[in-house]
Amino acid sequence: MLSIRNLHASVEDKQILKGLDLEVKAGEVHAIMGPNGSGKSTLGNVLAGREAYEVTEGEVLLDGKDLLDLSPEDRAREGVFLAFQYPVEIPGVSNINFLKTALNEVRAYKGLPPMEAKEFLSRVKEKQKLVKFDAKLANRSLNEGFSGGEKKRNEIFQLAMLEPKLAILDETDSGLDIDALRIVAGGVNQLRSNDNAFIVITHYQRLLDYIVPDFVHVLYNGRIVRSGTKELALELEEKGYDWIKETVDAEGTV
Amino acid sequence: MLDEVATDIMITQVSDSLYTQLIKTYGGNLPSSEPHSLDEIRKQAFERFKSAGFPTVKQEDWKYTNVQPLVNRQHYVLDAETLSSDDLSLDKAVIPGLDAYRVVMVDGRYNAKLSTAADIHGLSIMPIDQAFDRLCFAKYFAEYADKTDNPFVALNTALFTSGLFIEVGKNVQLQKPIHVIHVASAMKPLFAQVRNLYVISTFAEAEIIESFITDEGAAHNLNNTVSEVVVRESAKLQHYYLQVAGAQGNYLNHTEVYQEKHSLYNHYNCTFPGAAFVRNNINVRLGDSEVESHLYGVTLTAGNQLVDNHTIVDHREPHCESYEWYKNITQDTSTAVFNGKIFVRPDAQKTNAFQQNNNMLIGEKSAVYTKPQLEIFADDVKCSHGCTIGQFDNEALFYLRARGISEAQARVLLVHAFAFDVTSRFANATVREYVEHLVEQGLKAG
Ligand SMILES: Nc1ncnc2c1ncn2[C@@H]1O[C@H](COP(=O)(O)OP(=O)(O)OP(=O)(O)O)[C@@H](O)[C@H]1O
Ligand SMILES: [Mg+2]
Repeated sequence: MLSIRNLHASVEDKQILKGLDLEVKAGEVHAIMGPNGSGKSTLGNVLAGREAYEVTEGEVLLDGKDLLDLSPEDRAREGVFLAFQYPVEIPGVSNINFLKTALNEVRAYKGLPPMEAKEFLSRVKEKQKLVKFDAKLANRSLNEGFSGGEKKRNEIFQLAMLEPKLAILDETDSGLDIDALRIVAGGVNQLRSNDNAFIVITHYQRLLDYIVPDFVHVLYNGRIVRSGTKELALELEEKGYDWIKETVDAEGTV
Repeated sequence: MLDEVATDIMITQVSDSLYTQLIKTYGGNLPSSEPHSLDEIRKQAFERFKSAGFPTVKQEDWKYTNVQPLVNRQHYVLDAETLSSDDLSLDKAVIPGLDAYRVVMVDGRYNAKLSTAADIHGLSIMPIDQAFDRLCFAKYFAEYADKTDNPFVALNTALFTSGLFIEVGKNVQLQKPIHVIHVASAMKPLFAQVRNLYVISTFAEAEIIESFITDEGAAHNLNNTVSEVVVRESAKLQHYYLQVAGAQGNYLNHTEVYQEKHSLYNHYNCTFPGAAFVRNNINVRLGDSEVESHLYGVTLTAGNQLVDNHTIVDHREPHCESYEWYKNITQDTSTAVFNGKIFVRPDAQKTNAFQQNNNMLIGEKSAVYTKPQLEIFADDVKCSHGCTIGQFDNEALFYLRARGISEAQARVLLVHAFAFDVTSRFANATVREYVEHLVEQGLKAG
């Protein structure tokens, strides 16, 4: 589904991704872990098309289509969804209106007519239930005055509404209490299918108890330096990143 | 007599300034009619205008708003009578879903054929010159507007011959809004001077929606309008300005509101891409205690437009509340000006006054001039004001696009969001929807 090859990206002339490779197949869940500042959010932003990030080398294909050529909105319409680490507040834009606009623009891109009001509302209801997202929040301005956890839950609510092919969750677990974590993870698990895929960026092994990944990768200094199964996450939890940093830095100097 | 004036203009068509033209035409020859009590008021007003002349940018109130090119521009015709088109389309003023009594003013003249607001119980609507002998005309005409130093008011008082009179009777609650449609249609450059007087009697409730439009074939026009509004004790008025005129339109709009005890006045001032030049003076005098006034504004400009809103909220008595919120969105090379004066006079204790002006500069070469001006002479008051100038929030723009919303649509959403503090206050949901639609349209054009 997603194929990233030798991806180099920079921000303000600072090289952040330095030759990143990643293959994600339909139906899979990949976890990405790694120390602060290693480039995890940058990867999410580059995939979503944030303009400040400049790709200097490499390619990204989504089902064979060159993603890097597309505008952010077209990437979303092709099925890329980034759940933001820091969702912005947009006072005055109602959550529901925003979702309706987004959903219908995605549908228009696929040549579908706007969704009937009734169908839309029943979908809203169903998905709200899925992530136990308070109906009152759905009717408020987008993220305005939401608590950190509510913002994260809203990201997953949007994810559920838009049903993307590829979802990238950037630290969706941070700031969530235990109950919210279970709910969010439960929502993601229900959305998992053979046709979609997830990239889950997290610092905590705990999340991976709920969303069990097929693969775990360690991103360090702009590259994926280790890949394994969920046991790798347990090992990281136990040992921290130093042992990986040491071996990678040593390899680099060879 | 008016016909003679028009002919005279045709003959002496030299490229003289409007000032000279007016002095030549009207010096010692002011409009006159029964009752003659008006004559003296006109005479004095003309003298005031004569000595003041048209303002220049050297005057603080006109610093960013240069009327000189307009008043020196070309020869104007001073009487619309022979020029107005009869074959008018009012399409541009249609507010979808609005059920209202309609009043159509063509080049400042009441058009009975196109109007539907006659014979409503408790509502008097007529050309202003038919109201000269009314008690409330004598009482309120030129009572407050002419105390200001706006030379355009003096000029208007001296020379107006047309306009609209509305009186809503005691205790009358109008079932429908009054939709006043001002059409500029003259096919020669017209300097129109229009005088309106609206009186909302005690315990009455009304809604007046005014649209400004331009007929397709209209030439360049300059409109000097003065509206005097009196909201009597315990009365309520919702008052909308919807400025959707064409590029030929240039507007000087002076609105002078006087409020009595317990009254409520809400003004919603909306200007959209089109009219080349718009200057609004909106003055609200809170003349007694327990008065409430709200002034809201949305200005969306494009092209090379200039839109200037000068407001005065004048707290004269204790226990009053005023709330003002203006939003400007400027595109291309347009200019928006906001000047908000709040006076709290010594007697006006326990005043609650709020003012906020937010600006969103979209056009890199657009400009915003904003100036709050608070003059507070009472000590037990709550007053706050603030202003902001910003651009598109790129983080928000990206967030919306990352959900599949096109850049254009994302901009529309963000501008709606920016205007929300104001549009969400609209008492009339139909007008609100219409205004939101105009914002959307105005953005696409820009
Ligand atoms: N817009 C930006 N401008 C300047 N520097 C940036 C920008 N975005 C990211 N960086 C820098 O790039 C590096 C990688 O940042 P990134 O946010 O991708 O890290 P991360 O792995 O997500 O870290 P964390 O675990 O703390 O979320 C950091 O040094 C960061 O300061
Ligand atoms: Mg991050």
